[in-house]
Amino acid sequence: MRQVLVCCARLVLVASVGLIASVAAQEHSYTQADIENGSRLYQSSCAGCHGPGGDMVPGIDLLRNQFHRATGDVEIIRIIQTGIPGTTMPPSSFNEREAGTIVAFLRSAAPGALPGPGVGSRGPAIVPRGDMANGRALFTGKGRCATCHRVNGVGPRVAPDLTDIGTIRQPQQIQEKILDPNSLVRPTNRIVEIAMNDGSKITGHLLNQDTFTIQMLDSRERLVSAARTDVRELTFLKNSPMPSYRDKLTSAEVDDVVAYLISLKGLRP
Amino acid sequence: MTSARTRTGLLALAISATAVLHAQQPVTFDRMLRANQEPQNWLTYSGNLAGHRHTLLTQITPANVKNLELQWVLQTRTPAEPAEKFEATPLVVDGVMYTVMAPNHVVALDAATGRMFWMYSPRLSQLARVCCGRVNRGLAILGETLFMGTIDGHLIAIDAVNGKPVWDVSLSKPELGYSFTMAPLIVKDKVIVGPAGGEYGIRGFIAAFDAKTGREVWRFNTVPGPGEPGHETWPAGSNAWEHGGGSIWTTGSYDAELNLLYFGTGNPGPDWNADPRPGANLYTDSVVALDPETGRVKWHYQFTPHDEFDYDSTQVPVLTDLVWQGRQRKVMLWANRNGFWYVLDRATGEFLRGKPFVRVNWAEEIDSKGVPKRLLYATEQGTLVYPNNQGATNWYSPSYSPRTGYFYIPTWMDTYSTYTKGPVEYKEGNQYVGRFPTMTVPALRTGPGAVNQRTPEEGYGAIQAFDAKSGELKWQFKMADVTDSGVLTTATDLVFAGGREGYFFALDARTGEMLWKGNVGGQVSAGPMSYGVNGKQYVEIAAGSALFVYGLR
Repeated sequence: MRQVLVCCARLVLVASVGLIASVAAQEHSYTQADIENGSRLYQSSCAGCHGPGGDMVPGIDLLRNQFHRATGDVEIIRIIQTGIPGTTMPPSSFNEREAGTIVAFLRSAAPGALPGPGVGSRGPAIVPRGDMANGRALFTGKGRCATCHRVNGVGPRVAPDLTDIGTIRQPQQIQEKILDPNSLVRPTNRIVEIAMNDGSKITGHLLNQDTFTIQMLDSRERLVSAARTDVRELTFLKNSPMPSYRDKLTSAEVDDVVAYLISLKGLRP
Repeated sequence: MTSARTRTGLLALAISATAVLHAQQPVTFDRMLRANQEPQNWLTYSGNLAGHRHTLLTQITPANVKNLELQWVLQTRTPAEPAEKFEATPLVVDGVMYTVMAPNHVVALDAATGRMFWMYSPRLSQLARVCCGRVNRGLAILGETLFMGTIDGHLIAIDAVNGKPVWDVSLSKPELGYSFTMAPLIVKDKVIVGPAGGEYGIRGFIAAFDAKTGREVWRFNTVPGPGEPGHETWPAGSNAWEHGGGSIWTTGSYDAELNLLYFGTGNPGPDWNADPRPGANLYTDSVVALDPETGRVKWHYQFTPHDEFDYDSTQVPVLTDLVWQGRQRKVMLWANRNGFWYVLDRATGEFLRGKPFVRVNWAEEIDSKGVPKRLLYATEQGTLVYPNNQGATNWYSPSYSPRTGYFYIPTWMDTYSTYTKGPVEYKEGNQYVGRFPTMTVPALRTGPGAVNQRTPEEGYGAIQAFDAKSGELKWQFKMADVTDSGVLTTATDLVFAGGREGYFFALDARTGEMLWKGNVGGQVSAGPMSYGVNGKQYVEIAAGSALFVYGLR
């Protein structure tokens, strides 16, 4: 059923949006103009609820092709036009062509999108060109990545779990992170140090905080919840604990690691 | 009149003592004007017509507030979506609570136990467009009739006794983005409402309806058309004014002596690209003082001329009297989304003072004539602006305590947005805004996953207390996360408020010291209120998808 829908979706898009139908079976292709127009419409009409990154509504991540209800482009176009009755998703006045350009933008921004003119909010899509098997060997061997990162339930938890990294990051983003770990530390990956009133210190991943408490995953992989009345100081560490691999791996080896990581699609790929 | 009122009050007390609920007394406008004589009831959105959100009940005090405990909870009866925030402030009349569960489910409850008498759910148009959540902030009552605006552009009168609709009028087309999310205001025999929808290119208005029939009596256009005063602040030869915004998001206030009603107005449309609308864009981002008989504007004051940063003046006007430079003045206190808080003369609209209450960089100051000395504009490259798009405060009610003379403001501290001018074109039924600005803090609610991993430099929340007369900051109660909660003060010098973190707490109104907190487990996006039944005081707050009522154990 899903295959049919995707196929139909492409037909409708080709017919109504005038897209170039020169793609292989499971791929989408859109013109640069479609994507740019869709980006503008998305930013002006959708980002208010869905967020600039498309992930503000729980369970939905538009730029990662993660939808609640739609399984294909036709359905997404229909939902953009009609809304979802009884929910916050309103109808719109976009015609099929306009709604199709929004889909084009979403598809172009998704991880694993084909190389091409598409420029989503997460950067241009590029294809991993490395050797995945060698990348896996580097991950556990020379690169020592597995001494901190966890994949498919194996490895420590002190660094971000990479089990589904291939579904949430673009190859270029992973490459940048390997070469320059401090270039962007996302709020979800922040490391903090808390100095307790008794003189002890706890360092770890900040999970949550409020006016009265702090929740962390500490460096010994324990879930810690501390009362602020017991904490003398909370410090956000500016730098990522991850080393740069600029001088540790060759560029070809970095490509291999990227290819391996992009292959990690989670437990429900 | 007085003796009749006294009889009514005594009767109400006797009735509440015996819990004979069918003998509730009709809520006359006179009762609303004298709400301070029956503090056990909460007859209007803000508790009184001056917008104070201040209770005169005295059972709960700083000394015993630590003994507050949960009395009852009302869970939302229908599956609620994350955007269906529980924003309503209930009304309580002689032991019966009336409130609205998002989007438009009206309930009548035994205020002492939470048990439901009835529920009324109008069938809503599926064409409704609501920019900022399918929400409702509450009801109004007059006589034995409740009034509710709906997200699909209707005003409905509902029998307060049996929950059946009395009349239902369509005020506008829902597919054009006209929705009603505010609690209506009653002035005399009229029901006064205005539409949300400034993000859909609406033309805003404030309109009065005959409470008995639903007939429209007058309409004040918040964006004046050709021939109306203020139209010259819109570009000549353009139809920009037809989609100029000026929504009404929150309930206004009323001064019986001056016979003036006051409403704040929303942002101009489109929000973030002002190219289609050069000019000051009256009466957006303003307060307007209207004659309740005719809807004619007596004065106006515009807080943010030619807004590009979504700084709606969507706040409840707070009315009080102050000795100002040796002279007693009838003033209005206003903490604005634009980061300044103001004192205006509410008889004339004269600007008296405007000072920042958060970090502000879009204007250097408000000059002696009340005009902001503007520093920043949206650009195609992006402009970093303090405060952020959600504002220094927003629709959440402030409070004024006549005892302390302090003005209490729920505040977003040190927030910023980058505004990037993007293309914009009006098309019926679509958002008409420009490019959404960036923000470090989620605009409407907490996003999925872990709640707060931000640094303090990325913004936090506070309840702030300012001396209304001197303007001096008296205290701040800081929170790690921002707050969408209103503030309630009490005649015993308590402040009740909450925040996104899911706490509901009581502070000392004079020092800001926290005296009590309860965990409500969900974002507070409503204003607290207080009422009494059978001699017991209760404090109410909605959070997440539920309504919580506290009292002393």
